[in-house]
Amino acid sequence: MNNIDSIKHTRGESVFIDDFNVPEGTLHAAVFYSPVAHGHIKNLDISEAGKMAGVKGIYTYKDIPGKNQIGGIIEDENLLAENIVEFIGHPIALVLADDWLTAREAVKKIKVDIEEQIPILDPRTAFEKNSLIMPPRIFSCGDTDSIWSKCDVIAEGRVDSGGQEHLYLETQGAVAVPLEGDCIKIYSATQNPSAVQRTAAAVLNVPQNKIECDVLRLGGAFGGKEDQATAWAVLAALAATKLKRPVKLVLLRHDDMIVTGKRHPYSSDFKIGLDKEGKIIAYEVTFYQDAGASADLSPAILDRTLFHAANSYYIPNVKATAYSCKTNLTPNTAFRGFGGPQGMFVIESAIYKAAEKMGIEPSVIQEKNLLRENNEFPYGQKAENSNAERCWNEAVRKFDLNSERKKVEEFNSENKIYKKGFALMPICFGISFTNTPMNRAGALVHIYTDGSIGVSTGAVEMGQGVNMKLRQVAASLFSVGIDKVKTETTNTSRVANTSPTAASSGADLNGKATEIACKNILERLTKTAADILGIENSGSIKFKDEKIYVNGKPSDLNWKNFIIEANTRRVNLSSYAYYATPEIHFDRITNKGKPFAYHVYGTALLEVTLDCIRGNYKINSVKAVHDFGKSMNPVIDRGQAEGAIMQGLGWMTIEEVLHNEKGRLITDTLSTYKVPDIHFTPEELEVVFLENSENPQGIFNSKAIGEPPFMYGIGAYFALLNAMKSFKKDLKYKFDAPMTPEKVLMTMYG
Amino acid sequence: MRFILNRDIISTDVNPATSLLDFLRRNQNLKGTKEGCREGDCGACTVLIGESEGNNINYHNANSCLIPIADMEGKHVITIEGLNISGLTLFQKEMVEEGGTQCGFCTPGFIVSFTGYLINGGKYNLKDAIESVGGNICRCTGHGTIRRAVSNVLNYFETTELKKGENRIKYLSRLNAIPAYISDIPLKLKKIERRKNVIAQRIIKGEPVCGGTDIFVQKWDELLKKKISVITKSKNINGIKIGKNICSIKASTTVTEIEESKELNKMIPGLKDYMLLFGSIPIKNRASIGGNINNASPIGDVTNIFLALNSKLILKKKKAKREIFLKDYYKGYKSLDRKKGELIDEIKFTIPGKNTKFNFEKVSKRTFLDIASVNSSILIKIKKDIIEDVHISTGGVAPIPLHLTLTSEFLKGKLLSSEKVKKSIAYAMKEISPISDARGSADYKRLLLRQLIYAHFLKLFPEVIKPEDLLYE
Repeated sequence: MNNIDSIKHTRGESVFIDDFNVPEGTLHAAVFYSPVAHGHIKNLDISEAGKMAGVKGIYTYKDIPGKNQIGGIIEDENLLAENIVEFIGHPIALVLADDWLTAREAVKKIKVDIEEQIPILDPRTAFEKNSLIMPPRIFSCGDTDSIWSKCDVIAEGRVDSGGQEHLYLETQGAVAVPLEGDCIKIYSATQNPSAVQRTAAAVLNVPQNKIECDVLRLGGAFGGKEDQATAWAVLAALAATKLKRPVKLVLLRHDDMIVTGKRHPYSSDFKIGLDKEGKIIAYEVTFYQDAGASADLSPAILDRTLFHAANSYYIPNVKATAYSCKTNLTPNTAFRGFGGPQGMFVIESAIYKAAEKMGIEPSVIQEKNLLRENNEFPYGQKAENSNAERCWNEAVRKFDLNSERKKVEEFNSENKIYKKGFALMPICFGISFTNTPMNRAGALVHIYTDGSIGVSTGAVEMGQGVNMKLRQVAASLFSVGIDKVKTETTNTSRVANTSPTAASSGADLNGKATEIACKNILERLTKTAADILGIENSGSIKFKDEKIYVNGKPSDLNWKNFIIEANTRRVNLSSYAYYATPEIHFDRITNKGKPFAYHVYGTALLEVTLDCIRGNYKINSVKAVHDFGKSMNPVIDRGQAEGAIMQGLGWMTIEEVLHNEKGRLITDTLSTYKVPDIHFTPEELEVVFLENSENPQGIFNSKAIGEPPFMYGIGAYFALLNAMKSFKKDLKYKFDAPMTPEKVLMTMYG
Repeated sequence: MRFILNRDIISTDVNPATSLLDFLRRNQNLKGTKEGCREGDCGACTVLIGESEGNNINYHNANSCLIPIADMEGKHVITIEGLNISGLTLFQKEMVEEGGTQCGFCTPGFIVSFTGYLINGGKYNLKDAIESVGGNICRCTGHGTIRRAVSNVLNYFETTELKKGENRIKYLSRLNAIPAYISDIPLKLKKIERRKNVIAQRIIKGEPVCGGTDIFVQKWDELLKKKISVITKSKNINGIKIGKNICSIKASTTVTEIEESKELNKMIPGLKDYMLLFGSIPIKNRASIGGNINNASPIGDVTNIFLALNSKLILKKKKAKREIFLKDYYKGYKSLDRKKGELIDEIKFTIPGKNTKFNFEKVSKRTFLDIASVNSSILIKIKKDIIEDVHISTGGVAPIPLHLTLTSEFLKGKLLSSEKVKKSIAYAMKEISPISDARGSADYKRLLLRQLIYAHFLKLFPEVIKPEDLLYE
């Protein structure tokens, strides 16, 4: 079934924050931010900017009526910098003007005198200086002390992975409109409207019921608008409160890239021990996460790294230690996979290194250690309905690994300038917020008297198709046409205290809440229909295709006339329902429990061709067998899988976040930061749906899809390494993603 | 300024340096055209621009963020709103069916670019069709679904033929690929056209803008504060003149015009393929060679090719003209041997003769639609295995686009061999002074230039220069 939202998109009629027809008298805001990565503000001069015609106000931290604080997990981030700046891009002042150009010009006239300090720019340096966001987190199982003597093979090494810019096509933005009684309505491009509401209330020192946050849709987010949309929404609200006028704040791309956080770079050390057959016995890993200047979501991301430290493998003895290191870069934040990919890249590197030592293909080790039913994860949960081996075997069979191997070997023996490489990449990803209390959702469903239906939930539509899935839930339960169902904006006054739309959980949580709400109404309707038709056993009543059936035979009632009658009989046609994922729990002291409702599995086969003169490459194919559960919408789900794969490939290859020695981002435009374009897309991009996978924990037996396929991209790194090794047998290399053409060439010839 | 915007003739007196994007969104409330990056790198703001060419209108796609509104005089601008019909067009329908749109922000740009291809794209084929959306970035889909949507539309056209006497526009509107009104535009445009067949300078005495694809990236906001002078060449003028030995090209010629020139492609085999790496179609449609040369980017691709062709510039100030070798035009970083008021009139070079070969190499982080880490061109004349003449150029390794004079001198007169190619590298290394930046470390750029020089010879002389001699040690 097609996504109905797409129709507006293709006609250019979908509305984003910057497209809102703002009320008359709206002021435009621009942000003055720190040009220095670390230092003391000695003087801030806004006088010249203030004198400009058209400038209506300039605000600093001194103008904040409540708490100058936006930290969600740890309160360590000022909305507007006070005396200290800790990263380039930290907002210092907000300028309001009649038009956007004047606001921008005024920002250029603000002068700040900062006494600079030496910035910390990498997590290992931060760790050495004891600059940490919080105490370390350790997950362990089995024995990792004496076990090493029992291992036949031990491999050790270091792994680095870089940051990643979200590059949502729509930049951050918000419009705040003052209402009567000191209330503010904020239209925000956020994945987390409740956080916007909560933070705005605290900053403005008003009760939360005075702040209404409304979200229509986002032009892409990928995690970048989970925590980091809040600041701009709250700044707009602050100015709207001060000036009693609507305020619009939309970041230009260049500013957005400089001031917003990215995927966390990680530096890690590993030690892996195996028996001579390739069975992994023990794994020890230390993660140094580059959190940037404040916590943001880093602690939660660090946890997810630990949860995914062993990827899709059963390892009986594991010790994983993780440090969240405070540096002077923009606070890094959620990005598709949420720390999982960083953890999985390390175990894959460890396996690669071990395989090299053993003189075997990494796939031998990968296959031998795949999770089987009831295998225990290092955090205590048991693998249930594990599809790890099924996906692997399907991939090996369907994509014919043996002929792939032969093809690559033949090509490499015949070619001197070009070399091919392939790799397999299995994935296992846990579904649920790892912070158990967040696994909940609310839904408000109305049936109007003409039979049309409105669904409000906490889910934010950002391109992932959650609105369409919610419509499908309601349409299928009431058995009405999909055009009868509308999803409303996400609004904190309609559905309150929501979790962000994140962790791939939007459709599951909000879908389940919608399901309950619809069933509540349906129960009433069934009873009413029985009353109208004079039937005692309401069990014989069925709603089907907008008609009402009794014992399989159509009655005189259809959806339209029945709803009118139900309304006349004063039947409640609305329901609010709440869903909380059952059974999950996690003890944050022992670090054991059952944090995930279920896991998503899959295996991909990737192939690359490397140009050994020039160092650039082409990813020829990515083919995956993926466990979608029972997909609710294959068009949407396949699109999610493909899009995630491409972002994963980008992260591993050409997407490179670089800073200079002052901590200034130098890949701060689209001409210096490159994401995959249409030519980069592999000619073969094939996602096969694993058959017969039912998942009662997911909405309508489906599985979450947003994040897991991202990690197939990791295989590209190892396919490239293999191609490079075909060119140079005794290749000396590091595990240091992304594998840019520069690194390829420097590794092969440097 | 008067032009046609979608269905209507409009006139406006906004600041001539206003970008077409801002004009559409902020003055005309046409919000379907999105602002994604303001540097021509995402394609979310793509529009179609139609210009008279004989009795027809030639449409090309362009990034509205990099176009001064002044340059729209007498043209037809089509935005996404101007492509909608009641219901969905063929491509819109396929994009919906295939899931070619997720968040929807980039989608209008894709629709506009590909529809532009349908209108103006010559004989349809998948490679060109994909290239037509090569300047549009979608962060959600990974482009797989968009590729399928494009391919479905082409398949549809394969089975549906033009009627006798039907032109492309009528045909497309009959098949619901474009709205019908577009066939009425040529007549409408005739009414408002004033200048024809000229290279016009509008609003003179300002900062010259010829295309704007560089200057509007770097200082669109500063341009709003000063006068600009828009130089624009009518599509009816062929800026490329081929003489007996000399080829001369008007500075206002666009990169696309060079790419599509049959004569130049004959002269420089492979030119079309090289130019796939120069930038996206919407950029090449607007970028002028004069603008590229004057922008003095050390990494400019156009400049790189003309340096290896050992080109000369004709500079003009009113009636006064002078000639200068392109390689002598650059004095330092973004510093030119150009007097106040002087403009490049044309660029000329000797047409490569027999026994002469040309090659262009470019490596960037992303192969397409990216700025090079290092680029290099070579023009080489071989007679009986002796290098009679050679010019190697390179970009990205010095403050200026570089002609590798010492390296070229060294190779001249030598017997072609792997050994001499290897020896020439030492000269190249002496001539360059790369810095570390977002496009790579200085060490990498040195290594890469060596590899690109190797690539020239491996590609041009595979029978003499073998990979095992240069790549395997």
